[in-house]
Amino acid sequence: MTMFGRNVLVAGLVWLASMSVWAAPSPDALVRTVMDEVLEIVRKDEAIQSGDASRAVALVDEKVLPHFDFRIMTSLAVGRDWRQATPAQRDRLTSAFRTLLVRTYSNALTQYRDQQIDFKPLRAKPSDTDVTVRTEVRQAGAKPIDIDYALEKQGDNWKVYDVVVAGVSLVTNYRSSFASEIRSNGIDGLIKALEAKNAALAGGAK
Amino acid sequence: MGKTPMRRALAALLATVAVAGCATAGDPRDPWEGYNRAMYSFNEGVDKAVFKPLAIGYDEVAPLPVKAAVGNFFGNIEDLWTGLNNLLQGKGGDGAADIGRVLINTTVGILGVFDVATEMGMEKRDEDFGQTLAVWGVSDGPYFVVPFFGPRTLRDAVALPADLYGNSWVQPADIAARNTTTGLKMVHARASLLGADRAATQGSLDKYAYIRDFYLQQRRYEIYDGQPPRERFDDARAPAMERPAIYATQADGVAEGAMRLELAGLTEPRH
Repeated sequence: MTMFGRNVLVAGLVWLASMSVWAAPSPDALVRTVMDEVLEIVRKDEAIQSGDASRAVALVDEKVLPHFDFRIMTSLAVGRDWRQATPAQRDRLTSAFRTLLVRTYSNALTQYRDQQIDFKPLRAKPSDTDVTVRTEVRQAGAKPIDIDYALEKQGDNWKVYDVVVAGVSLVTNYRSSFASEIRSNGIDGLIKALEAKNAALAGGAK
Repeated sequence: MGKTPMRRALAALLATVAVAGCATAGDPRDPWEGYNRAMYSFNEGVDKAVFKPLAIGYDEVAPLPVKAAVGNFFGNIEDLWTGLNNLLQGKGGDGAADIGRVLINTTVGILGVFDVATEMGMEKRDEDFGQTLAVWGVSDGPYFVVPFFGPRTLRDAVALPADLYGNSWVQPADIAARNTTTGLKMVHARASLLGADRAATQGSLDKYAYIRDFYLQQRRYEIYDGQPPRERFDDARAPAMERPAIYATQADGVAEGAMRLELAGLTEPRH
């Protein structure tokens, strides 16, 4: 009886806990879960460890990309010229920039060698809709590296829209080269340049 | 005899800088872009011919524990310079902790080969004389690509000789041994940047600008010890009404873990 009662209680608690996680995952819990899951896979996947880029891209595609908002990222990288881009141009820019970043950075999963990742306490109110999750990557013989993820709340979901490595935003770091491309060749010029770069990378990867 | 060519070279350099200054309507932080791009290409050439192949060889041959030991050893020597600079910046607590790290790692860590202090929870920091000058109020100055050494601001280029000296205060007396040590240090440093270099090559439309912007942002972050006044990134953010009601690209994204690790290399100390 007591045994049964306890089991019901435990089951109820687990259910409640999973429900609340389901309803409103906190942004830091989201980042942590995704990261743990991905790194766990990398630790077991010898193909990725030995440098199989296409497997890394596939893993990122499946596990990581659903939690990013690439449209916001692209708008931040393009800067004020975003406003004068047509919806069709925005779509093409977003898609090209996404491909470029995914291809470039997925590769890094092949470099993962058991660095330790610490989460710093989240400084945010429950009502906040724009938060920064701060992490620190520790590795032997080097200063820890700060990695911050900026997330925005969209409905019940949190979406990452910027990644800041040691103070450098991987998104806004593109701003000046994008702006100068737009200045010389317009928005279509930037789209062409990004698509050409992606095509060249795809060719080289074969 | 020696004076005229020197003068001529200087005049040529100034002319390049002047022309570059007029010709480009580029980044206000980079008024010497013409010279900088030329020097950047030169450095890339040297790197491609000499340092990168050596670094790739080292990276492939040396097992991870060896690389960690090499990094720890040179890192320990640099920690003292970090500590001195923290003291010069008036950060007594940090400076004392840095020197404490050196004492522990030099003894318990067997001449710095093991980073015992980090295991004990004493965090490693990176300070240099350029950062000290910044804390003392010296402004960045223009972006300046130094021959062989790469991206700097003018202030950091001026501080470079002091940093080179401070980071190699202990040196073997024997010249051959000294050259070997310096070579190993450079190759190790270059190897730790291989991943970041690939990211900059693959992921950028203009590698020069990508590296410049990365360097300037990161430098600012270092000077403020990781707490720079927050720059607002959202000025370009399209107002909510301009964004479509349905996010066509909700499934988009980037590799969060991936970026982290690829760029991790860029934060390794430069030598």
